[in-house]
Amino acid sequence: MARIGVFVCHCGENIGRTVDCTKVAEALKNHPGVVESVDYKYMCSDPGQALIKQSIAEKNLTGVVVAACSPHMHEKTFRRAAFGGGLNPFLCEMANVREHCSWIHEDKEKATEKAIAIGRTIVEKVKRNVPLETIRIPVTKRALVIGGGIAGIQAALDLADGGAEVILVEKEPSIGGHMSQLSETFPTLDCSQCILTPRMVEVYQHPNIKLYSYSELESLEGYIGNFKATIRKKARSVNEELCNGCGACTQVCIQKKIPSEFDAGLGKRTAIYVPFPQAVPNIPVIDRKNCARFKAKAKGILKEACGKCAEACLKGAVDFDQEDRFVTEEVGAVVVATGYQLYTIGKDQPEGLQGYGEYGYGTIPDVIDGLQFERLASASGPTGGQILRPSDGKPPKTIVFLQCIGSRDPQKGIEYCSKICCMYVAKHTMLYKHKVHGGKAVVFYMDIRAAGKGYEEFSRRAIEEDGAIYIRGRVSRMYRDGQTIKVQGFDTLAGEPVEIDADMVVLATAMRPQPGIETLAQKLSVSYDRHGFINEAHPKLRPVETNTAGIFVAGACQSPRDIPDAVAMASATAAKVLGLFSKDQLEREPTVAKVNQDLCAGCFSCEHVCPYGAVEHKEIRDRKGVLLKIVAEVNGGVCQGCGTCQATCPSKSVELQGFTDEQIYSEINALAGCVE
Amino acid sequence: MAGETRFRPHDVMRMVQRDQRARLLADDSIWLCLTCETCTARCPNGLDPARVVDALRELSMTEAPGRIPKAIAAFHRSFLEEVKRTGRMGEFGLVLRYKLRTGQFMKDVGAVPSMVRRGKLKPLAPSIKGVKGVRRIFEKCAEARRANGQEEVRP
Amino acid sequence: MKIGYYPGCSLHGTARELDESLRAVSAALGVHLQEVEDWSCCGATSGHATDHLLSVALAARNLALAEAQGMDQVLAPCAACFSRLASARHEARNDAEIREKLPELLGLPFTNTVAVRNLVDLLRGLAPEIKAKATKPLQGMKVACYYGCLLVRPPEVADFDDPEQPTSMEEVVKAAGGTPVTWNHRMDCCGGAFSLSRTGSVIRLGRAILDDARTAGADAIAVACPMCHSNLDFRQSAMALRGEAPMPIFFLTELVGLALGLEPKALGIRRHFVSAAPLLERQCAAGKGVS
Repeated sequence: MARIGVFVCHCGENIGRTVDCTKVAEALKNHPGVVESVDYKYMCSDPGQALIKQSIAEKNLTGVVVAACSPHMHEKTFRRAAFGGGLNPFLCEMANVREHCSWIHEDKEKATEKAIAIGRTIVEKVKRNVPLETIRIPVTKRALVIGGGIAGIQAALDLADGGAEVILVEKEPSIGGHMSQLSETFPTLDCSQCILTPRMVEVYQHPNIKLYSYSELESLEGYIGNFKATIRKKARSVNEELCNGCGACTQVCIQKKIPSEFDAGLGKRTAIYVPFPQAVPNIPVIDRKNCARFKAKAKGILKEACGKCAEACLKGAVDFDQEDRFVTEEVGAVVVATGYQLYTIGKDQPEGLQGYGEYGYGTIPDVIDGLQFERLASASGPTGGQILRPSDGKPPKTIVFLQCIGSRDPQKGIEYCSKICCMYVAKHTMLYKHKVHGGKAVVFYMDIRAAGKGYEEFSRRAIEEDGAIYIRGRVSRMYRDGQTIKVQGFDTLAGEPVEIDADMVVLATAMRPQPGIETLAQKLSVSYDRHGFINEAHPKLRPVETNTAGIFVAGACQSPRDIPDAVAMASATAAKVLGLFSKDQLEREPTVAKVNQDLCAGCFSCEHVCPYGAVEHKEIRDRKGVLLKIVAEVNGGVCQGCGTCQATCPSKSVELQGFTDEQIYSEINALAGCVE
Repeated sequence: MAGETRFRPHDVMRMVQRDQRARLLADDSIWLCLTCETCTARCPNGLDPARVVDALRELSMTEAPGRIPKAIAAFHRSFLEEVKRTGRMGEFGLVLRYKLRTGQFMKDVGAVPSMVRRGKLKPLAPSIKGVKGVRRIFEKCAEARRANGQEEVRP
Repeated sequence: MKIGYYPGCSLHGTARELDESLRAVSAALGVHLQEVEDWSCCGATSGHATDHLLSVALAARNLALAEAQGMDQVLAPCAACFSRLASARHEARNDAEIREKLPELLGLPFTNTVAVRNLVDLLRGLAPEIKAKATKPLQGMKVACYYGCLLVRPPEVADFDDPEQPTSMEEVVKAAGGTPVTWNHRMDCCGGAFSLSRTGSVIRLGRAILDDARTAGADAIAVACPMCHSNLDFRQSAMALRGEAPMPIFFLTELVGLALGLEPKALGIRRHFVSAAPLLERQCAAGKGVS
């Protein structure tokens, strides 16, 4: 027999002004199954909660209904109180007579009637509640960090220092990301590699960090606290155990003219190569597409070609037969930190983007992008840190910098702002002027976005101290004019067209997520926007989490940002993950789906529609071990309680605990006045 | 024409946004636009300044007809009259009307013999068969303008 | 191949050679031009600059006639006519109000089924035939292909080739045996309708175009619009500042015609103001090529 206690809260004036709470309590006293019905000014207060506990004991309540505010506010409070009174917390429910009633109506009489009706429905529901136990799932205290740029490195270090084991996966042969390509960073003009490489080494040497370089995530299974990651270790063609990084192989390689990715296409590398001298790990990789030996093999030539690197290697570390290997790692959380790539102005574009025909579609030599300029300015770059024209190696006397290329240009497909370009263009003008004293630096801008600490001062320095000429207006067209580039723009502040004969043009192109981000996101079941940026769980209050439990995001893969923001975000994800790992078990609300395995026919429609992959297959065998049927079973650790399975199941075998069909119907019936 | 006009496409758009109608229509910038469509092709926000200028010109016909540069007004008027007369634009007729309107009788006069020698100058052409259909279009458009409260187009 | 043909007013007057060379080339390539009967002026600049509805209706009348005469596409060799006809088609497609008004305005049925094509588009499609039938290819004549404005802009209306870096004219010149030069003023306006009313602008703009073509080493400029031809050819004498050598201006059809072995006379080349004779003689005298 049901013995329900009803507690109607005035919530001061919030409810009391519009709803006659005493009347509600009176009315519900007579409702079948209700043995206690009182009202009180503030139910969430200590005395209010004490009332509940007392009543449970004295009246032997089998269920509690608190008619008050929204469960979002105080469900936890009252469930704790019920538990304190000796009642299973899931036998306590709230009837929302504030947000759903008093706050939205003015007519006191009608509002009171409505509050009574709401009370009745929840009483009927609670009569059919069953006691539930909090679900506890174990947590593997290891984290997977995908991406070894500055964000990934920071996250890995913070996690490792915090006591968690870290698996760091990086697809390039070395960690470091784009930051390792930069010459100097704003606003301090610190040498980028100088501040980055100590961190890279720390990662490599940290006892808690396992680095899989030249590797990619193949697949991820499981759920928060219990993921299983399969990682593909791509074949370097070099045995990592044996190689000592001496570099003899790169010296003898016969293919020397391959455009270097690290130098953004401006420098050359060999087929067996280490991307840059400070690479971590300092182990070479063979670019099989360009290696003479592998190319010959691909053509079907039987005779073994070249092989000089293997000959030169004193450790015998070169292994032409090496193949991709797969390893699996069990982790409890994942951090996505895959960073960015730059938009290009070429004609060939992925769907949704267009190139800049008005700038020559990238065919004009000496028109380069920001990363290429960084390589020119970098002391370890293809020109030894001298700013020289790629076309003829001469120093440019006039450089024109264009901001907002691709960014803020809906016709080209990118409407957002890439955030960092105003700052690095100012930096570029300063680097150029420091190196070429008589040089002329002209910047075409629409706005100057310098919101960070010291950023505005830094941009003003470029103009006031280093003499960069800033022109507000866009460049409508540029073309090759003999040895120089004719740049046609407009000075909107002076109100006149501007034409400049530039020796070099540097385009501040848009930041986009890395290629293949959609595939990775799908493997992780995280959502992404139409540009590929990973979606955060809430843009204001949950910026480093995704909507997939246990998967976090840091850095430019979520949206364009600079290094300090990427680092801050990475540390934030580490804090979240360490918080997750601080418990041995994760607690989850038990209002999840449950399958009645007697009724289940094993059609698995539920599995098909479950957005979280929470449905598993369970074999039902008889005592002799003969397989009778395979039914669905919901993994309570993964289920988010969305109810889609319940709506789909043709045999009504799966229902949400606390939201069964019977309960919903009883609520409806209560509203209609049919109460049993 | 950016070097010859006071208001360039972006200026025109800004003034439209700020509703500076009188200032825009008083300037001959909108009449110097060649409708080369470069602005429209390049606009990052996908707007159509060329069409905006056309619309301003149309407004100008009724709201500020006195501000239209004389030669340009004469040209357009002569062109359209010729079309209305025969259904096609006979160049001889166009030039004749234009000279009569502008008084530039001597302009290009030296070229007339060479034009004729090259067979490029045909005398006044007859009307096309369907010239009434063409005139109907002119009349219907004039009706539409009157219905809109606009006066007849008289540059 | 059959195609509807809308000559436009200038092809019967000052751009007579475009009409002549087009007909000659079409005959040689087996393209049957069916002239739209009783076509009328498209309205050109004077239409759209003064009365939007008028400009759409004047152009649409010809589309309606073409439709009634059973054509599914119409060739408009003048770039301005092409732009006006294509605009009318584009507007009738996308603006329901105009679409509904047109039949009443025109006094003709109009369902907007006729596609509009420009000259370069047609020739580009015939490039393989041109190459195959070129009995007197242009022997590498250096040609600066001048697109002007309306062949490729506005992009949604012209819907033809890349609005910033088009290549179709160059393809045709190559098929005819010429060498297109790389130059920069390919799509800068020639001054259009200002030939009479603001000749100074035309001179200034044309001068820049000619200078650039010369710097790029061109022997001649190829155009595909009567207005552009007139501005660059008829008005060229006023553009010379320092006694530069004259630059012949060819219609694309004339170049194709020469390559196909047709007589210059049949192509109307003698009607140019800047004589092409010296260039053609030089080509001939070089031992091979065009007479």
